[in-house]
Amino acid sequence: MSTRYAILMAGLAAVVAVLFVASLLIGPAAIGLGDSLAALFRGEGEMVTLVMREVRLPRAILGVLVGAALGLSGAAMQGLLRNPLAEPGLIGTSASAALGAVISIQTGLSVAFVWALPAAALLGALISVGLILLLAGSRGTTLTIILAGIGISALAGALTSLVLNLSPNPFAASEIMFWMMGSLADRSMVHVGIAAPLIVLGGLITLSRARALDALTLGEDAAASMGVNIRALRLWLIVGTAALVGAATAVAGAIGFVGLVVPHLLRRAVGARPARLLPASALGGGAVVLAADIAVRLIAPDRDLKLGVLTAIVGAPFFLHLILRTRRDAA
Amino acid sequence: MLGCVHRSKHLIAGLALAVGFAAPVGAEPPRRVVSINLCTDHMALLLADPEQIVSLSNLASDTHSSVMAEEAAAYPMNHGLAEEVFLQKPDLVLAGQYTARATTSLLQRLDIPVAVFAPAYSLDDVRANLRAMGEALGQGPRAEAMIARFDADLAALRADPTPMETRPRAALYYANGYSSGKDTLAGQILEASGFRNATAEAGLTSGGFLPLEVLILENPDLIVRGARYPGASRSEEILAHPALRQLGGEVSREILADRDWICGTPHVLTVIAALRAARHELEAGK
Repeated sequence: MSTRYAILMAGLAAVVAVLFVASLLIGPAAIGLGDSLAALFRGEGEMVTLVMREVRLPRAILGVLVGAALGLSGAAMQGLLRNPLAEPGLIGTSASAALGAVISIQTGLSVAFVWALPAAALLGALISVGLILLLAGSRGTTLTIILAGIGISALAGALTSLVLNLSPNPFAASEIMFWMMGSLADRSMVHVGIAAPLIVLGGLITLSRARALDALTLGEDAAASMGVNIRALRLWLIVGTAALVGAATAVAGAIGFVGLVVPHLLRRAVGARPARLLPASALGGGAVVLAADIAVRLIAPDRDLKLGVLTAIVGAPFFLHLILRTRRDAA
Repeated sequence: MLGCVHRSKHLIAGLALAVGFAAPVGAEPPRRVVSINLCTDHMALLLADPEQIVSLSNLASDTHSSVMAEEAAAYPMNHGLAEEVFLQKPDLVLAGQYTARATTSLLQRLDIPVAVFAPAYSLDDVRANLRAMGEALGQGPRAEAMIARFDADLAALRADPTPMETRPRAALYYANGYSSGKDTLAGQILEASGFRNATAEAGLTSGGFLPLEVLILENPDLIVRGARYPGASRSEEILAHPALRQLGGEVSREILADRDWICGTPHVLTVIAALRAARHELEAGK
């Protein structure tokens, strides 16, 4: 492990830590800086403690977890599909996970059985990744992958809207925006409990395949000759990313572009090796989502501005830039 | 109060104009009344002769939204579409201020008189709307009697020796963290039932978004939560937030459904009575 990589990882971890604390300090209730941090560790019963532990802490934790999940899954997908434009938001994985989550909520499954929500989102994500591989093939070109992704996104988005419009609940239809753009507002420790185990599991699965992904950068044949079971690798990565995206989307909605931007920003710094890119992208994703969640609270404190709005404003031009670059490389 | 006195005056003037056009003072009361708004449905049910009503909006007989669903079920329903309303040949259409503008203006262009009512933002608005409705329907005396009874009942419910400072504090909390300050009908109902309004004390005077953490720091004695609708929504999840449950445990309860608050009719007296009972229970428990 080079010292440069160690410094990068330490730097990213420090940024995440700083943003995590900043996230804890920002909120509509006017609580002094020292007071709020002290309240986190003080005894029960105080209202400030309640605010810090039950309102702000879960939001900050989810920011890290969801961001890490998105960054990691983006890096893993780009490695798996060997395509720099693959990203859970762009190829419809997040939208499909949201559809799964919405169905489990509206059918009442998620109330009857607490794990139904992330499980359904995972299933939605799994189906969409499977469909992408089916439609684009394992060596799909950028064009087929993106086109298949557009189709899947459109279908999943439409079905999500349909389910919410048909709900007898008067608030459901207005939540289409949440599922498509994502938000961490008013989440609680319950949501942390739902998402954390699956994100950790998906993270472990994905990170454990990092070396095989390294081999895969040399091509499938070369990887196979190095003893990598390509089929098993693909299967594990699909399950891993589906768990990551499913759990993140189930509690925070679909937040786009994090998985695209973060690995790209870090790729050169880690020397384009997936084994290094994966953990770095997890930290980078955590930092980006925490920063975005802080920004939405500063820009519009009482509006619940959606996270996906910010990530898209930053990410979409970046995506367009990547398309240009891909075209130039192809020419 | 809705910024508001001259606004409601303006509306009443507009109303008088609309009604006056078809039915000058002293003329025949309308005989074919169609209501296309939930709150005008309620007022029509309270004040009109049954044979005056041709149809009511579909929400009137929906038990989730309407406190008079049973009474409304006896009448045909409409869906507030200009075409279907026109075919019912009304001589007066009752609409809310926020009823689809396109519908009301189309009906007016077809020479159908439309009486437009603003939502009640205060207990005074309840009286004003009843009076305006009585005039529109040619049921003035009935409306005045109802207002007199409303005032008497309200005064009886309000009579309370407890000084303001020692009264318990309550907050109304609905889906999406929506709450009501004192310049709202719900806020006035809360105050009439003998509570101090914690939302107002947190600085929210009208209705609007009250962040959960601000509510927690206010630490009210009672949180009146909105009832949950069938199906499920993320908007309502905040009502089951663990922090709300930890906020003194006993104080959070679902006393009243949203339908009890939607419209400013004398029905709000039953809401005041229910809240008052909750307050007595709270004070006895202390």
